[in-house]
Amino acid sequence: MTLKLTPTQMAWRAAQDIADGAYVNLGIGFPEMVAKFQPPGREAIFHTENGILGFGEAPAAGSEDWDLINAGKKAVTIKPGTAFFHHADSFAMVRGGHLDVAILGAYEVAETGDLANWSTGPRGVPAVGGAMDLVHGAKTVAVITDHVTKDGKPKLVQRCSLPLTGVGCVTRIYSSLAVIDIVDGHFVLREKLASLSVEDLQALTGATLHRDGTVTDLDVPAL
Amino acid sequence: MDKTLPSLAAAVAGIDDGMTVMIGGFGGSGAPIELIHALIDRFRETGHPKDLVVVNNNAGNGHVGLAALIEVGMVAKLICSFPRSADPVVFTERYLAGKIELELVPQGTLAERIRAGGAGIPAFYTPTSFGTDLAKGKPVEVFEGRSYVQERWLKADVALVKAHHGDRLGNLTYRMAARNFNPLMCMAAATTIVQVSQIVAPGAIDPESVITPGIFVQGVVEVPHPQQEEDLNRAKAVYPEPTA
Repeated sequence: MTLKLTPTQMAWRAAQDIADGAYVNLGIGFPEMVAKFQPPGREAIFHTENGILGFGEAPAAGSEDWDLINAGKKAVTIKPGTAFFHHADSFAMVRGGHLDVAILGAYEVAETGDLANWSTGPRGVPAVGGAMDLVHGAKTVAVITDHVTKDGKPKLVQRCSLPLTGVGCVTRIYSSLAVIDIVDGHFVLREKLASLSVEDLQALTGATLHRDGTVTDLDVPAL
Repeated sequence: MDKTLPSLAAAVAGIDDGMTVMIGGFGGSGAPIELIHALIDRFRETGHPKDLVVVNNNAGNGHVGLAALIEVGMVAKLICSFPRSADPVVFTERYLAGKIELELVPQGTLAERIRAGGAGIPAFYTPTSFGTDLAKGKPVEVFEGRSYVQERWLKADVALVKAHHGDRLGNLTYRMAARNFNPLMCMAAATTIVQVSQIVAPGAIDPESVITPGIFVQGVVEVPHPQQEEDLNRAKAVYPEPTA
């Protein structure tokens, strides 16, 4: 019995929704794995904030070119069709509505679509990077996140308690237990693990789960 | 017209105390390591320049380049989007001790503020940061039913930039993703100093391929085989090298 999806499995599930020809930005960390799971026959073009469209996979260790990195400062490669551009053009692609999908991590997501993913509070060194830009402009702004915190508290909530990255920006959540859309200020349950009842899932969620049609099983390979 | 400079020391000679200095690069890619180190050399010899306001996407990594500039005590304030890295200890310690000021700016807003500074646009509206702590105190306007935050241009006294090829007129090309903030900073500074891997004759860069036209550039210095911050950090390099 699957208790919850791993980050790799969440990335696989998110990848299934990326259409052929989509322009996609993947946030630093877990979301980067989405690129590995593109279904056969589909070609998505990946964007990185530091000025590359259509980059390829990581090079072998020892053959890195440090002028060729992604937003996470990891080495990538070029492939036929790659394009380079400066930072203002890169963020014109982001804010200007040219990206189809942005997939980010989350500390908290509210039923209003508010996202908190850049600051855990006033202590330490604040760092925002491109997160506040990425939540605006893409047609789908999705998050990949554990359904609850390490302490078992809901990460899907009525209102975020942490500093916001953006207001009303998230459209879909791929959690470790379910796939949930955000529609008109509500969580709408689309898929859940077969091993969980809706009541179980509701108990782990900080706001009401609405239903609009059939809720299907969240079925992901073992990976 | 000849914008080429004879040495790195000559290239950084005009930077004074308290100036705002834009430094190109995203992490190590496109970072003008040799120009930064030349500026540190000058500080160690003369005690100047100090109290600099530095604009960069990051806050340095390890103990070379921008991190070294901070570590020797030349930087009073940093304007950046992401002051974290694999080894951010130099900035982190000074920031938490209250010894360096930080203005945190979302990355796309930072890029557009610099572009606006170079383009003569004093302010613009962006959806980025609306409703967040980083929009506090900034004017908000509604356009077509959506809220936008007013941001101001960002200009500098000097930009230190890394490019690939350059000619004596200041025309530049960049190498792969090392382009990033560099072309924007060339536009936004009163004086733009560029290190290039190779100085070529005018005409050697196809006019179709010029990324930064020479009008935005005041000085070009050749640094063949420039160092990469990532390589230096993997070798645990420290600048200036500790004396034995």
